[in-house]
Amino acid sequence: MTEKKRGGEGREPLIHLSKRAAIPFWHAWLIRIAAVALGMVACGLVAYLLSDKLQNGKKTLSDFYETFITGSFGSERKLWKFLKDVAVLLCISLALVPAFKMRFWNIGGEGQTLVSVLGAVAVAFYLQDQENIPEWLLLLLMCLGALVSGAIWALIPALFRAKWGTNETLFTLMMNYVATYLVSLMLIVWIPNGQTSLGTLKRGALRSVTEQVINKNDFKDFIVDYIPIILIAIILSALLFIYLRYTKHGYEISVVGESINTARYIGINEKKVIIRTMLLSGMLCGIAGFLIAAGLDQTVNVDSAQGYGFTGIMVAWLGKFNPLIMLLTAGIIQLLDHGAAQISKDFNVRGAFPEVIVGIILFFIIGSEFFINYQVHFRKFRKKTGKEAVQ
Amino acid sequence: MKKILALVLALVMCLCVVSSLATEKEDIKIGVILLHDEDSTYDLNFINGVKDAAANLGLAEDQVIIVRNIPESNECYEAAMDLVDEGCQIIFADSFGHEDFMIKAAKEAPEVQFCHATGTKAHTEGLDNFHNAFASIYEGRYLAGVAAGLKLNEIKEAGKLKGEVPVMGYVGAFTYAEVVSGYSSFYLGAKSVCPDVVMNVQFTGSWYDEIAEKNAAEALIAGGADLISQHADSMGAPTACENAGIPDVSYNGSTVANCPNTFIVASRIDWAPYFEYLVNQTIAGEAIAKDWTGTIETGSVKLTDVNEAAAAAGTVEKIEEVKAELLAGTRKVFDTATEGFITVGGAALDSYMADVDTDPAYTPDTEVVSDGFFHESEYRSAPYFDVQIDGITLVNQMY
Repeated sequence: MTEKKRGGEGREPLIHLSKRAAIPFWHAWLIRIAAVALGMVACGLVAYLLSDKLQNGKKTLSDFYETFITGSFGSERKLWKFLKDVAVLLCISLALVPAFKMRFWNIGGEGQTLVSVLGAVAVAFYLQDQENIPEWLLLLLMCLGALVSGAIWALIPALFRAKWGTNETLFTLMMNYVATYLVSLMLIVWIPNGQTSLGTLKRGALRSVTEQVINKNDFKDFIVDYIPIILIAIILSALLFIYLRYTKHGYEISVVGESINTARYIGINEKKVIIRTMLLSGMLCGIAGFLIAAGLDQTVNVDSAQGYGFTGIMVAWLGKFNPLIMLLTAGIIQLLDHGAAQISKDFNVRGAFPEVIVGIILFFIIGSEFFINYQVHFRKFRKKTGKEAVQ
Repeated sequence: MKKILALVLALVMCLCVVSSLATEKEDIKIGVILLHDEDSTYDLNFINGVKDAAANLGLAEDQVIIVRNIPESNECYEAAMDLVDEGCQIIFADSFGHEDFMIKAAKEAPEVQFCHATGTKAHTEGLDNFHNAFASIYEGRYLAGVAAGLKLNEIKEAGKLKGEVPVMGYVGAFTYAEVVSGYSSFYLGAKSVCPDVVMNVQFTGSWYDEIAEKNAAEALIAGGADLISQHADSMGAPTACENAGIPDVSYNGSTVANCPNTFIVASRIDWAPYFEYLVNQTIAGEAIAKDWTGTIETGSVKLTDVNEAAAAAGTVEKIEEVKAELLAGTRKVFDTATEGFITVGGAALDSYMADVDTDPAYTPDTEVVSDGFFHESEYRSAPYFDVQIDGITLVNQMY
C-alpha cells in the first residue's frame, strides 16, 4: 500500500479503518479497561458541570467515584441485593442467547418475562384460597404457569417466522406491548374497585420452600429470599453454556445462525430449530418470571420486568453470547445502575442525572468494542528515509 | 425489701424505655421513597413538602434522604430496609402500590416508623409502626367548586351559556374512589352556589398524560362545557382551556403563569404539615396516628391565590365565608340532610356502606352516612366516597 503514495498521487485519507483479523486476548481487555477508565474521567467531568454539590465543595469527586462502589457493596444488604439483581438480569439475558446465536433477533424478553410473572401470579391468585393445595404444590403450579406463559409468548413470533417468514424483531417487540396491556387488563378484572395495585399474594412465596431446606435462623431474612435466585441463575448459566457448546442442539443453533443454506444442506430442519429454540427462550424467561413473582414481588404490575428484557440484550451482546462472560457484563451493568441510584440518593439529584452518568460509561464500553474489531490508521507523515530514497 | 428494689428497678427501666423513645432533633433522619422524581408533579409535591418541613424545623440537609424512582415491587421493601440501615427513624412512601412492601418492612424493623400516603391498610393491619396518611382534599375541591359555581353564575347572567343550564367538564385520571370523591366534592361546591349546574366527567386512564388530558378537555369543551376542572397531573387540560378561552379550575398548583386569562383557582395538598407532625412526634417520643388526615386547619389542604382576572367578582370573599363554615363544622361537603343536594337516582342518600377495610373481595363494610352527612376520610384517611350522584354524567370509565 505504501507504494501507491509515491509521487503524491492517490493520497491516503487522513483516517481510515480496517477490520482486525485477530487481536490478542490481553490486548482486547487492555482496550476495554482503558475505555472504562476514560468513561469514568468523562463522567466525572460531566458530573462536576451538572452538580452544584460538587461545585460548592459539599461533595468531592472522590465521593462521587466512591458512590459507585458503595451503591453495590456499601452494606451486607446492598451486597446481597447486588448479587440478586445480577442473578435476575442474568436469567433474562441468558434467555435471549440461544435465539441470538441463531440470529433470530428476539427483543421480546421483556414481554416474555412480564407474561411469565402474570402467569405465575394468576395461578396463585386463583388457587391461594384452596387450603388443600400445599405450598410446595402451589409453587410448582406457579412455576408451570410461568413456563407455559413465557413459552406461548415466544412461540407465537417463532411460528409466524417459521411459517410465513415474518420479521421477528418487529413481532417480538410488539408482543412486549401486548403483554403490558394484558397485565393492565387482568388487573382490571381482578380489582373491581378501580385501585391500581393488586397487593401482594397471601401464599406462594418461594421462601417457604427455602426455609425447609436451610435453617432460616442462620441467615438474615433477605439472604433467605435471595439465595435460591442466585443459585438458579448460576446453574442456568452453566447448563446453557454446556447446551450451546457441547450438545447437538447447540451445534444446530450455530449452523442455522451462520447459514440457513448450510443447515438445509446437512439436513437440519431450520424451522424446527427456530421453534424449539424460541420455546427454550420463552421458558427461560418463564423461570425469570417465576423468580420475580414467587421469589420477590408476590404481585404483578406493568413494570414487573423492570426493563431487564431490554437491558438483557446489551448484557448478551457485550458478553458475546457466552454465558460465562455474561456473568461479568450483567455484573458491570448492575454495578453501574446501583451506583447511579446511590448517586441520586447521596447527591439528592433527580433520576435523569445518574442515567446520564451510566449512559456515558456505557457509551465508552460499547465504543471500545469498535476499537477492538477495527483498527484506526492515521496517515503517516514520515520523512523519506535514506532507504526509501534509494528505492 | 426485695419487692421494693424490684419495683424501683422496674420503674427505672420504664423511665429508660420512655427516654429512649424520645429522639434529639439533630439525630432525626427521614427517608422518603418516591415512585418517580421531580418530573412528576405528584412526586414533586412530596419533595417540596418534605423540604419545606425540614426548613421549618431547622433540619440539616443530610437528615432527609430521598430515594427516587422506586417501583411498586419488592424494590420498595429493599429501599425501605436500606433506609433502616442508614439510621432513619421515619420512612415514608408516596405511592398506593408501595403499601404491602412497606408493611413487609414494618414487620421486619419494629423500631422504625413506616408512613404511607394514600394507603388503606394501617387501621386493619395491627402494626404499631405502620401508618397511613391523606388529606381532606375534598374540602379544598369543594371550595374550588364554589369559585367555579360563582363563575358559572356570572356567565349565565351575561347570557353566554352554551346550553340551557351551566355545564362543567372534568378530566379525571381513573374511575376510582380518590377521583370520584374529588369530582363529586368539586361538583357539590359549585352546586352550593349554582343549583342547576350539571357536570360531565371524562377519564384518561393515566395520572399523567398531557396529550390525553388535553384531548379530553377539548372534547368536553366541544360537548358544551362552560368551565373545566381536572384531577390529573399535567398541563394538558389548563392549556386546552387557555386556547379555547374557557375558564379553568386547576389542581396541584397555580397555572396562572401559562393561563393568565382562564385560570381561576387551584386546590392542592401540602404535605409539609404531615412531615412536621412525624418529626415532632418522634422528637417527643409520642405515637404517630394510625390514620392521619390533613385538613384545612392543619394547613394540609390549600388553595392558590384566586386569579382576579378570570374569577367572578366576590370569589375571594365567598371562599373565605364557606371556608369559615367548614372549619366551624356548620357546613358539610357531603351534606345529605339538605333536601335535593345529594341524590342518587332521584332518592336521598341516607345510608351508604363503604369498603373501608380492605379485603380481597372488596366488600362494603362500614356505614358512613350519619348525622346528616357522609363521613369522608374519617374511618380511614384515604377517600372512600365512590357514589355516583345525580347531576354528574360519566362520559367513559377507566380503570
